[in-house]
Amino acid sequence: MVTAKDFTGEESAWCPGCGNFGILTALQKALAELNLEPQQVLLVSGIGQASKLPHYARGHVFNGLHGRAIPPAIAAKLVNHELNVIITDGDGGTYGEGGNHFIHALRRNPDITLIVHNNQVYGLTKGQASPTTDQGVVTKIQAHGVPVPAFNPLAVAIALNASFVARGFVGEPEHLKNLIKEGIQHKGLSLIDVLQPCVSFNKINTYQWYRQRAYKLPGDYDPKNKAGAMEKANEWGDHIPLGVLYLNPRLVYEEQIPVLKNGPLVKQKIDTSKIVKVLEEFC
Amino acid sequence: MNLDYNIVIGGKAGQGLQTISDALSKLFLRGGYEVFTSQDYMSRVRGGHNFFMIRVSDRPVSAQKPKIDLLIALDQETIDLHWPDLEPEAFVFYDGESIHLSREDKRLVSIPWDQIASTIGGNTIFANTIAVGACCGLLNFDLGLLAGLLQEAFAKKDPKIVETNLKCAKAGYELTKNLKSRITIQSGKTSGKMYINGSEAIGLGAIASGVKFYSGYPMTPSTGILNYLAGKSDEFGIVVEQAEDEIAAINFVAGASFAGVRAMTATSGGGFCLMTEGVSLIGCIETPAVLVLGQRPGPSTGLPTRTEQGDLEFALSAGQGEFPRFIFAPRTPEDAFYLTQKAFNLADKYQVLSIIMSDQHLADSGWTLAKFDPDKIKIERYLLNEQELAGLKEYRRYDLSETGVSPRTIPGASRHLVIADSDEHDRQGHITEDLHWREEIVKKRLVKYKYMQEEISLPIKYGDNAAETVLIGWGSTYGAMKEAVDLLNAKNRKVAMLHFNELWPLPVEYLSRELSKYDNIVAVENNATAQFMRIISGQTGILSTHKILRFNGQPFYPQLIVDLFQKEVITYGDR
Ligand SMILES: Cc1ncc(C[n+]2csc(CCOP(=O)(O)OP(=O)(O)O)c2C)c(N)n1
Ligand code: SF4
Ligand SMILES: [Mg+2]
Repeated sequence: MVTAKDFTGEESAWCPGCGNFGILTALQKALAELNLEPQQVLLVSGIGQASKLPHYARGHVFNGLHGRAIPPAIAAKLVNHELNVIITDGDGGTYGEGGNHFIHALRRNPDITLIVHNNQVYGLTKGQASPTTDQGVVTKIQAHGVPVPAFNPLAVAIALNASFVARGFVGEPEHLKNLIKEGIQHKGLSLIDVLQPCVSFNKINTYQWYRQRAYKLPGDYDPKNKAGAMEKANEWGDHIPLGVLYLNPRLVYEEQIPVLKNGPLVKQKIDTSKIVKVLEEFC
Repeated sequence: MNLDYNIVIGGKAGQGLQTISDALSKLFLRGGYEVFTSQDYMSRVRGGHNFFMIRVSDRPVSAQKPKIDLLIALDQETIDLHWPDLEPEAFVFYDGESIHLSREDKRLVSIPWDQIASTIGGNTIFANTIAVGACCGLLNFDLGLLAGLLQEAFAKKDPKIVETNLKCAKAGYELTKNLKSRITIQSGKTSGKMYINGSEAIGLGAIASGVKFYSGYPMTPSTGILNYLAGKSDEFGIVVEQAEDEIAAINFVAGASFAGVRAMTATSGGGFCLMTEGVSLIGCIETPAVLVLGQRPGPSTGLPTRTEQGDLEFALSAGQGEFPRFIFAPRTPEDAFYLTQKAFNLADKYQVLSIIMSDQHLADSGWTLAKFDPDKIKIERYLLNEQELAGLKEYRRYDLSETGVSPRTIPGASRHLVIADSDEHDRQGHITEDLHWREEIVKKRLVKYKYMQEEISLPIKYGDNAAETVLIGWGSTYGAMKEAVDLLNAKNRKVAMLHFNELWPLPVEYLSRELSKYDNIVAVENNATAQFMRIISGQTGILSTHKILRFNGQPFYPQLIVDLFQKEVITYGDR
């Protein structure tokens, strides 16, 4: 039996009380409850506080560049689709630096779980606004307040017909763990945007702030209704919905690549004997 | 050289120049001749002036020559632009119905191919075949081979098209067969050689090396590789991923290689700029990969469809921090085929990036070359095998070793976990700020250089054994330089050349020894500042005495090097 302990990694360098701990715990439990072994899991991240998570859990790790978690994750999935590929990255990395990859990953729909630690701030670089910082919020850099509206990742994902769009909150650990389990089990790209308080640099969006506003979507909510999902995605401020906002089962990227029908690429025999025939094309 | 015949086909983009050029090149190949076909085109899909140049010979050729024996002009501009380069006994084929010339000259031969095509085939689309037929008529070249080509191209689609094309070719043939040509080219026995360009050769080399993952973003002149591999992906089980941008492309490659397969990307200067952080990532996590840098003239967007060797210093220094890399620069498509396997094998052996420097001239020019021998390709992965993995109690991806190379395995190969981190990392791969260890791992990455240098083959030395002057070049200038050396030595200029295709790590000791033998050291480079020479100077302290440079976007040709040599190297007294 695998337990959450089997996913314990290196000692963390996060601030005490940071919301990242809650995501780590939820992920460890989710993996254990799905009875996955560390060897079956590839954790991919970029650079930021969120991106350190793979070191604090256990699995194969590809901790790449800031904002560039998505491309190597997709590539690894294409090369070995037997791996459970999970990205843990920041809001800055995913929605800012790597925004182009985010958009195109949603279009591709690879079978990957994308957990975004959304603390609405750049944590590692000490408190600048991120794409999800609310308009008007004052930071050291944005001394007159962030002049532009926040990026809405869930609405963008729904607009692009993403197959699984969810929001979790570190203050709802059981709910978050279940969302991550659902995301891992979902066939296709699962976007899980997690409200993650940064106790050091975000003095506005605190545990309390989120707790006062976040509510779980009711049992009769229909995540397959795109218009309804879009409405929920645009809800922000006094009420913030948690749960699976949008479900749109559709073809998975790797299943559409004919070459991969013969099994994982990495296990396929390299047969270059046909080269001789190909050379004739040049004669 | 008995036969050295130069055909230029010029016109606007979209007029079918490539079709005529491909057909003629293949015909001469099958007739037992050598061809070198280069193209000069503008960065537009329609219009502009574009031309293909086919040099036909009975000896190997791998460079252009400027003088034209036959000009096939699909528009007036072609005639005006190339007029000064026509040989006295040349011919110009053009359609006098649509091109009205004011000049009169016995070399001008009007062939109303649009009208003939419409009469025979009911469509001007067959005009190109008439031009090919006319070329065969002039040279007395057997039409039977053309029938074969047409058969291959169209028989599956519609046998009637083959027939109409053949009729058109014969019509063209009849019109020119009585012209007095300087030369006839009778089709003989095929040489068994192949006709291939640099992009296709690199693509084939990658396939033969077992590439399983390719990712790229279109950019001239690297797109040919993307096209070629995409066409072969199903047959050879290769995932070809058109990335959303070059940043994605190289990060895809890093992820694919980490996950266990051979992976490659190709781009040109602008795309390579975007890839540089990824280049450094690969250096940091010591994950093998191959990157083809197809050069074109910069800075910035520059001349998209022209050629240059302007990105060597950039390739050498691209990426933050200090880490080793290989740089190769194939001379010909044949060289590109075999060097691609070397690039893959050495990337795997040393867990580094191999950069292959190509350029538009190499990528797009067609050569006749000895058929590649796939048996000469060996795939060496240098991964831990099952027994070794089973014997390991604990696996550390970045363990120290004498050569700096650590034991490598991939996720899923065993129970061991594989960790990679772009942060500085410990033996296992986990993020660390242990500054003592930091020094150790930097040294570990850099110590590889010593061993990598031993893998590098020395340059080709060619020419006069008692040479006083050495020409130094690299990559795609090989054909033009070699011929130039012959021309110069025929005039007793006592010249040799050192030509490099494996550039980095540089064979410093060899160069220091070798270069001290010459009075004149002449850098010959397709760029404005002699970058490779500057690298050599930096490493050996030896400076060039002269430079022969071309940076107008076109490749060298032998006579140009000779002319520039006279101007730059020969002193007035000598002249
Ligand atoms: C190319 C590049 N640009 C900038 C940085 C500096 N940097 C590191 S993390 C980061 C932002 C982190 O914010 P986020 O992704 O939200 O992660 P968090 O630390 O908040 O978890 C920045 C700007 C970098 N490492 N690389
Ligand atoms: S800075 Fe913020 S996000 Fe980073 S560890 Fe501290 S509390 Fe967490
Ligand atoms: Mg953040």
